[in-house]
Amino acid sequence: MKSNSIRSTRIVAKTTVYTVCIFLSLLSLFPFWVMFMNATRSTFEIQQNSIGLWPSKFLVSNWNVLTGKSFNPLVGFSNSMIISSGATLCAVYFSSLTAYALVAYSWKLRQPFFTFIMAVLMIPAQVSSIGFYQFMYRIHWTNNLLPLILPAIAAPAMVFFMRQYLLATLPLDIVDSARIDGSGEFYTFNRIVLPIMKPAIATQAIFTFVLHWNNFFLPLILLTNKDKYTMPIMVSLLRGDIYKTEYGSVYLGLSLTVLPLFVVYFLLAKHIIAGVALGALKE
Amino acid sequence: MHRKSISYAKYGYIFSIPFVLTFLVFSLYPLLYTVVIGFTDLRGIGVKELHFLAQPFENFKLILNNPSFRKALFNTGFIWICNFIPQLSIALLLTAWFTNRTYKVKAQGLFKVLIYMPNIITIATIAILFHTLFGYPKGPINDLFMMLGLIEKPINFHIQTGTARGVVAFVQFWIWYGNTMIVLIAGVLGINPTLFEAAEIDGATPRQIFFRITLPRLKTIILYVLVTSMIGGMQVFDMPKLFLLGGPDNATLTTSVFIYNQAFAGSYLFNRAAAASMVVFAIIAVLSVILFQILRDKDAALHRKWEKAEQRHRRAEAKEAAV
Repeated sequence: MKSNSIRSTRIVAKTTVYTVCIFLSLLSLFPFWVMFMNATRSTFEIQQNSIGLWPSKFLVSNWNVLTGKSFNPLVGFSNSMIISSGATLCAVYFSSLTAYALVAYSWKLRQPFFTFIMAVLMIPAQVSSIGFYQFMYRIHWTNNLLPLILPAIAAPAMVFFMRQYLLATLPLDIVDSARIDGSGEFYTFNRIVLPIMKPAIATQAIFTFVLHWNNFFLPLILLTNKDKYTMPIMVSLLRGDIYKTEYGSVYLGLSLTVLPLFVVYFLLAKHIIAGVALGALKE
Repeated sequence: MHRKSISYAKYGYIFSIPFVLTFLVFSLYPLLYTVVIGFTDLRGIGVKELHFLAQPFENFKLILNNPSFRKALFNTGFIWICNFIPQLSIALLLTAWFTNRTYKVKAQGLFKVLIYMPNIITIATIAILFHTLFGYPKGPINDLFMMLGLIEKPINFHIQTGTARGVVAFVQFWIWYGNTMIVLIAGVLGINPTLFEAAEIDGATPRQIFFRITLPRLKTIILYVLVTSMIGGMQVFDMPKLFLLGGPDNATLTTSVFIYNQAFAGSYLFNRAAAASMVVFAIIAVLSVILFQILRDKDAALHRKWEKAEQRHRRAEAKEAAV
């Protein structure tokens, strides 16, 4: 009797767990599913029934309407690509270098420098945006991609992460024996230390890339020239009046920005989730 | 012996130079510059000279008395709380389920992948997608709700204060709860498994294990989630800006949208925007310090407790030894 009731409560519990999990999964998928399907449907079809579960045949005409106005996916894509790749390279390389300086050498200011990095870790970037904009305006760097790339060289959170990683994985004997073999310090870092850091670099690279790809605030205040627009700014054009009744093309424009992220995410999902977990533990 | 006398310390400085220079130029200088602008009359486009105000705190006074700014502060806090409470609750519930040793939830990997997914999608895209999904009178959400019989006639989500704020808070929740869940699960996996084994042997129920063992040990990580979510929540911009442009009637106007509107949406009041930024910065700093103080005190209290327990233990041992 008793074991029977335990079993039945367990079945109820498990059913609840799976129902909720499946509901939440659908909650993640539903908006994007509707978006992708409506990207192939005509405005008339969408107005008749705004939830289409299966694709229709108006992809090309939606594309023509979309690109016939201000939305230029290729320009947005290439600008976002330049910024995200540049910023990611800067961030992972120089954060690794700074972390190496903190781990491999004993210098007088090492501890104060680390304390300083911990202190600035939490400073929210957006609060200094007015000064940043005025500064860039003065040196004529608005409508320039560099102010969206170069600041990535100083990424305190990543330095912290890389330092923790190096402390756990870098045997300092290797550095010493490289010295005996006559390797210069910079050469040792590039040829011996960086390869050891590959797993950490890969994780951090994914997150930095996505962060810069999705960044909206800074590009919005800095870039006014249409040739410099990034993907999120292109997307914001879909909110404007010229696309007001072109539902099919709005959905298509949104789909174009989501598609590359979906491809990357579902290819690397395991690593990304492991990366989120790892990032949490390092704190 | 000779080799030892070479000092490599200078490379510590050399390798830190790029970071330090970049930080000074692109972070510290803009921050200080923002502070300075807050005390000047800098407004309009193309103005390059700074004039300090006769009454230095005039911008700050104006901002703090500005009804829109006050409303923005309230909205930002309100939307954050409406997002964070369900976010943490659902994330904790899923953490309890996914780490439960008797449930052994299958397809966990797939669930995690799908639940985390919204976190990597461009928020600008999500904002406009949800604007379209919540369309009126015909829109996917209205159609779905009608189909399921949840509502009788379409709701205009965009013009009511409650629904507009509700959708913004829901989207923030939807974007972040997967991330919080993964962080919490990582925290649980970091707990010594013998604790759970011992509790099971002693006959503790899953509920008892979660509330008596898991939750107390997750305190630090929950506080970390709280602080980072709060700092992010105080700056929320993309979603309210693109979903309803801060409307209806400023119901979704957050402090970041307010600052953007002051500086870049036609009026170019850079000085007011800078002052508002500093007010937001001060609020974030004070809240972070308070939260970290709580964490440190909790840690210290725990430490004292352990020390006392250890002392008691030692005394007992000494007594036994004496006997």
